[in-house]
Formats: sequence, structure tokens, C-alpha cells
Amino acid sequence: MGLSVDIRKDLGDFILEAKFETEGGVTGILGASGCGKSMTLRCIAGIVKPDWGRIVLDGEVFFDSERGIHIRPQNRHVGYLFQNYALFPNMTVEQNLMTGLLSYEKDKKKARAAVEEMIERFYLTDVVSHRPTQLSGGQQQRAALARILLSRPKILMLDEPFSALDDFLRWKLELELLEVLKDFAGDTLFVSHSRDEIYRLCDQVCVMEKGTSGRVIPVRQLFEKPSTKAAALLSGCKNYSRAHLEGEEHVFAIDWGVRLKYQGTWTEPIQNIGVRSHYLHPIPKAEANKKENLIHCDILQVIEDVFSIVVMARPKAATTNEPIRIEVSKEFWQDFSQKEGIEKTIWVQVPPEHIMLLN
Amino acid sequence: MDWYPLWNSLRIAMVSSVLVFFTGIFAAYYVAKLHPVVKGVLDVVLTLPLVLPPTVVGYFLLVLLGPRRPFGGWMLDAFGIKMVMTWYSGIFAASVVAFPLMYRTARGAFESFDKTLAYAGQTLGLSNTYIFWRIQMPACRQGILAGAVLAFARALGEYGATSMIAGYTPGRTATISTTVYQLWRTDNDALAFRWVMVNVLISTIVLLAVNLLERRERRR
Repeated sequence: MGLSVDIRKDLGDFILEAKFETEGGVTGILGASGCGKSMTLRCIAGIVKPDWGRIVLDGEVFFDSERGIHIRPQNRHVGYLFQNYALFPNMTVEQNLMTGLLSYEKDKKKARAAVEEMIERFYLTDVVSHRPTQLSGGQQQRAALARILLSRPKILMLDEPFSALDDFLRWKLELELLEVLKDFAGDTLFVSHSRDEIYRLCDQVCVMEKGTSGRVIPVRQLFEKPSTKAAALLSGCKNYSRAHLEGEEHVFAIDWGVRLKYQGTWTEPIQNIGVRSHYLHPIPKAEANKKENLIHCDILQVIEDVFSIVVMARPKAATTNEPIRIEVSKEFWQDFSQKEGIEKTIWVQVPPEHIMLLN
Repeated sequence: MDWYPLWNSLRIAMVSSVLVFFTGIFAAYYVAKLHPVVKGVLDVVLTLPLVLPPTVVGYFLLVLLGPRRPFGGWMLDAFGIKMVMTWYSGIFAASVVAFPLMYRTARGAFESFDKTLAYAGQTLGLSNTYIFWRIQMPACRQGILAGAVLAFARALGEYGATSMIAGYTPGRTATISTTVYQLWRTDNDALAFRWVMVNVLISTIVLLAVNLLERRERRR
């Protein structure tokens, strides 16, 4: 059971090679824009025909190039939430919802009752006779979701559902969507370029890069133990150095010119290490000779962010121009800079357990 | 005043705009789906009447429909239907010159149609026929309406090709435009002016109607 995708399609700029399997729950597809995420959804929905491969949902073959199977989108029962919601502009909200069950519910009364129920569930009562252009972004999304659920989909596919909304609304709608997803029995695919959304809404995630999909892994694993630099970049890590292992406990960071201790085991060859900006701790000068895993840096710039202070610094032994980014709370920085005075250099500690070894 | 030219012009314009309305939409819909090369060639052919002088269109029509030409001759022999110098000959001329206007505006409307709407319809299980008539056509209504009005106006004002293929016979093939020319040529300025005003009046009414429709559209 679940969804199984193994397809290839030549898109001109790159070749889409998506291969993944899901077994229930919410699966995120994380990738930069233009990496083939939406195209993958379109192939699953049957809007686009892959050049080669197989798509199976809950044992039902949607597409199989070898056996010449390509089911029409109408018969796949896929709930596809488009980025712009795709509400029909010439119809009212109520008529839009009606189209969801037009294909199977011939009984007008039953159809009306089902639509009525959805209208209430999605707080659309005040806007039933409005047209899509008269709705707010949130109402549009709710109407589109209601319409999809009325069509009784076997799988939900959400394509960047929050990209058209402003920040405040995004947060509110995310909570609403979470409720809907909880009640939905089938699989859900959630496409996004936002790691935060993926982290909050998904159970597992598949990273996609230039048309190629990676393994499906639990969301936590992506953020705590990404295995490639691409995955680490997508998970929001900002500091990288080329590196090679030195013995069983140490790694040499080439770009930073330092030897660092790390924790955990690693079998595959590594090319890079990554450290998240908020795991880098500034250390008072007086304690510098007592601690290990330190990088001595020149401060390049101190930037005040909304809720934090970002210190851009360059390791003294650096072999590249790439600065490292240190992020600390405003309170900490006030305290620290008062005690230490305004310095041109800073000692930064890298906790061994937060060094990510990347392939 | 003999009102025959008004009646004749109106029926020619109406019949040809109905013809052009359907063929134009049909062509626009299918040409958009073709292979780029075929599309490019067909597009040029279908748009040509828009840029050719009407007399050139008239010439081509005479070559096709003239009684001594293969097709025109066959129509006359087999069915006894005379294709030129009758009132309905004006329909052929008006249709050909008005077609590109309908075709191009409809094609523009179809091209700007948001395809995700059609995709959404498909994933919801709606048939392609339903999607075309109930979603795509209404969404493209503005463009299609504009095309139809332009085609009607062009058909009503057709002169060059009409004068060549239908000629000017008072009470039989005379249209407003050919009548105006004939009256002016024979120094009947006063009557020519009256027909000019009739033409201006009809065109104004048509354009006003379109503007009204558009405004109502926007309010909905």
C-alpha cells in the first residue's frame, strides 16, 4: 500500500528522475524552486506523462511505460491543491464546491447536503455566493481544499500551499491545514521549498535536487543528521568547510584551517562538514586556553537581526574568503560584548556533537 | 429612401459573423495544440486575409468561385448555385476578411487561459467537454466576445472584396458600403451622407453595447 513512484522524464533543462515510496502519513518533498517537485506531482496526477517508469497508488497502477498504462487524470482520484488554488473564476464558492462531487454524485439533494457540510466545516458560510476573486487568500485556500475533499481523493498533493500568502496568514492556515491532514486517511504529499513548513507538517521527507529525488527519511533525521551538503543547505545550515577525517575522533576543516573533534560514527567518505550558526558559541578570551574545539576568528561584521545578533567572522587560519556565521541571542551578545569589550577577534567553540559530517 | 442596402448589409454581417464565430474558435482551439512548426505556418495562412488588400482577397475568391473556374463551375453545374454576383456572395467576402479577427482574438484568449484551471478540473474528475464549455469558455468570454464584435464590425464594413465578388446591383447585391461609393460616384452627395450616418450609427450602437456588457461583466 501507499504510493510508489519511479519515473523519468526529459524536461529539456534537466532530466527528472523521481524514485520514492511512501507508506501513509505526510511526506514532504523539499527542494529549491525549479527542481522538478511540481513536475513530479503533475506526473502522479496524470496531467503530464513521464517518458519512462511506473506510478502505483495503493496497488492501483496509474502509469506503467512497459505495459503501456496511462490512466486519465479523471480516473486517478488525486486531490491536487495548486499553488494558486485554481478555483474556477466564473463560479461562486458554492458552485466551485459542487464541481468536486459532480463526477460521482448524481443525486442533487445529497450533493447539496455534502457541499453544505463542507461550507460549514471550512468557515465559508459568509462567502458561499462570492466569486473567488472576492475572497481572501485564506478563504481561497479553504475553498480549494473543501472542493478537493468533496471529490473523495485517495491521496492529497499540496503544491506550495502557502506561497501566495503573507506571513501572518501563513501561520494561521498552517494550523488549519494540520487539522485537515490529521483527519485525512490517505497519503499526503507536501511540496515546499521551506524547510520550516516541512519540519512542522511532515512525518517524513524526500529531498529533491535538480530533478533527482533522494531517499525518504524521517523529518527529524534531515534536520539532525543530513548526509549531503545539498540536504544540509535545504535544512538551513549555513556554515560549511571542506574537510577530511583525521583518525577516529577528529576531522580537519580545510577551509577553516582547524582540527576539530566530532562525536558519532561515520563510515562513508566525507567531503564537508557543516555547523549551524546557532550552535557556534562565542567564548570569553580568558577561557580560550581551557577549552577545546575552538576557532579563532576576525570579526568582519555584527548584524542586528529582528530577534538575534549575527556575527560574521573569518577564521584566522582560513584558506578561503568565505566567512562563518554565528548567531546568538540579543541578551547574550549584550552581556558578552560588555564583559569582553569591543574586540576585533572572537573565540568560537564548536560543540563536537553538532558537527555534521557531509558527503 | 430604399432601405435594401441596410437589410442586406446586416444579414451579410450577421451570417458571416456567426460562421466566423464558430470556425474562428475551432481553429484557435486546435491550432494552439499543434506542433510549433505546423502552428507557425497555419497561423500565417489564417491571418493573411487581415493584412492583404481586400481586392487581393477578392481576386482569390473569384479564382475559387467564378463560374468558369473549377469549383465555382462545379457548384453551378451540379447544384445550379451561382457563387458570384448574388447577395450571399458578400457573405464569402465578409467571412474571409473577418475570420482572422475572430481567430486571433480567440487564440489570444485561449493562450492566456490559466491551464491549471483545466488541470484542477481533470483531477476533480470533470470531463474535458465540461471543462471546455463551463470553465475555459466562460474564462475566455471577454476575448471571444471582443473577437466576435470586431468580426461583426469588419464584416459590416467590408467593401473591397465584396465589390469584386458581389458587385453593385441596386436591390440585389447592394450593401451600405457599396451604396455609399456608388452614390458618391454619381454625385448624389446628400443621399450618400445619409447612408454614412446610418453606418456610423450602427457602429456606435455596437461599440456601446460592448462597453455596457464589459462593465456588467466587471461588476459580477
